[in-house]
Amino acid sequence: MITEAPANLWIMIIALAASAYLLKMFGLVVLGSRQLPKVFDRCLGLIPAALLSALVLKDTFSLGQSLVVDARVAGFAVAVVAAWRRAPLIVVVVLAATATALVRAV
Amino acid sequence: MKRVFASLNEPELRRVVVSSLTLGAAVGVFALSFGVASVSAGASVWQTCALSLFVFTGASQFSAMSVVGAGGSLAAAFGGAVLLAARNFVYGLALSSSANSMAKSLPRRLFAAHFVIDETTALALGQESPRLRKVAFWTTGLGLFTFWNLGTLIGALAGSAIDPQKFGLDIAFPAAFIVMLMPHLRSKLGRQAAVLGGALCLVSISFLPVGVPILIAAMAVLVGVRGDN
Repeated sequence: MITEAPANLWIMIIALAASAYLLKMFGLVVLGSRQLPKVFDRCLGLIPAALLSALVLKDTFSLGQSLVVDARVAGFAVAVVAAWRRAPLIVVVVLAATATALVRAV
Repeated sequence: MKRVFASLNEPELRRVVVSSLTLGAAVGVFALSFGVASVSAGASVWQTCALSLFVFTGASQFSAMSVVGAGGSLAAAFGGAVLLAARNFVYGLALSSSANSMAKSLPRRLFAAHFVIDETTALALGQESPRLRKVAFWTTGLGLFTFWNLGTLIGALAGSAIDPQKFGLDIAFPAAFIVMLMPHLRSKLGRQAAVLGGALCLVSISFLPVGVPILIAAMAVLVGVRGDN
């Protein structure tokens, strides 16, 4: 659960909004049609693969700083199978949440 | 706007508008789960809506609230989210050659910048003529913005009315991340970055502050330095 004061969360939201906008704006308005070096382009393109995978594992197997295996693993497994079979997001989330809730209930 | 409606008589334009709006509606479902997960992680309904209105780049919003919800510091949450937003910079560069036809004046171009995200870039660059690119960019951008924020609001209101643990909603974040991750696993480099990023995160979780392992995982993008596909 959240440990930060709500006001601090507002500061993060404002900083994130400003940063996200500046990143979008810099490419479109300031730098124009300059080409990035290929390597730079390729590495930036890999950020989602690296970070999303880390986020999945963190959200499934950790509580704070400890590694744990709990009811979330059931939801994780169901979500992987459903997403692999190209189920729409809402189906993936509902199936995963149901699996986790069921394991928690027994 | 009138011109957009008038253009619906042309089959080419109609095709673009329909695919833009269909995509927007699909993304609205993503926003629903963001709204639910964000309030479950401890943000207020207002904060959740502000994220969708003003940050308006999905993966970053999900990532920020996932780290905050796990008890991570705001700096760590911010860092991971900004890294995920960095690709919008590349999209801006890619779109800038068509920027003249998309938004002529500087104020309009500054406004257009807010809508530079995965979907608008993909649909705009997928069109052949400057005119179609313009229609694709604006219908996708404005349509998606509307659906994204409506979905967020509904999800946040629903999420604050129920007990997230009881309904297994703590799995909503990872489930959405899995869906977002899938397309990146098609290339070999993407798979390598995902495996390495995941491994770096898991080994560092127990001795680094919450959220920081996500930043460590970003080092996995260095697999792109040598690779060619």
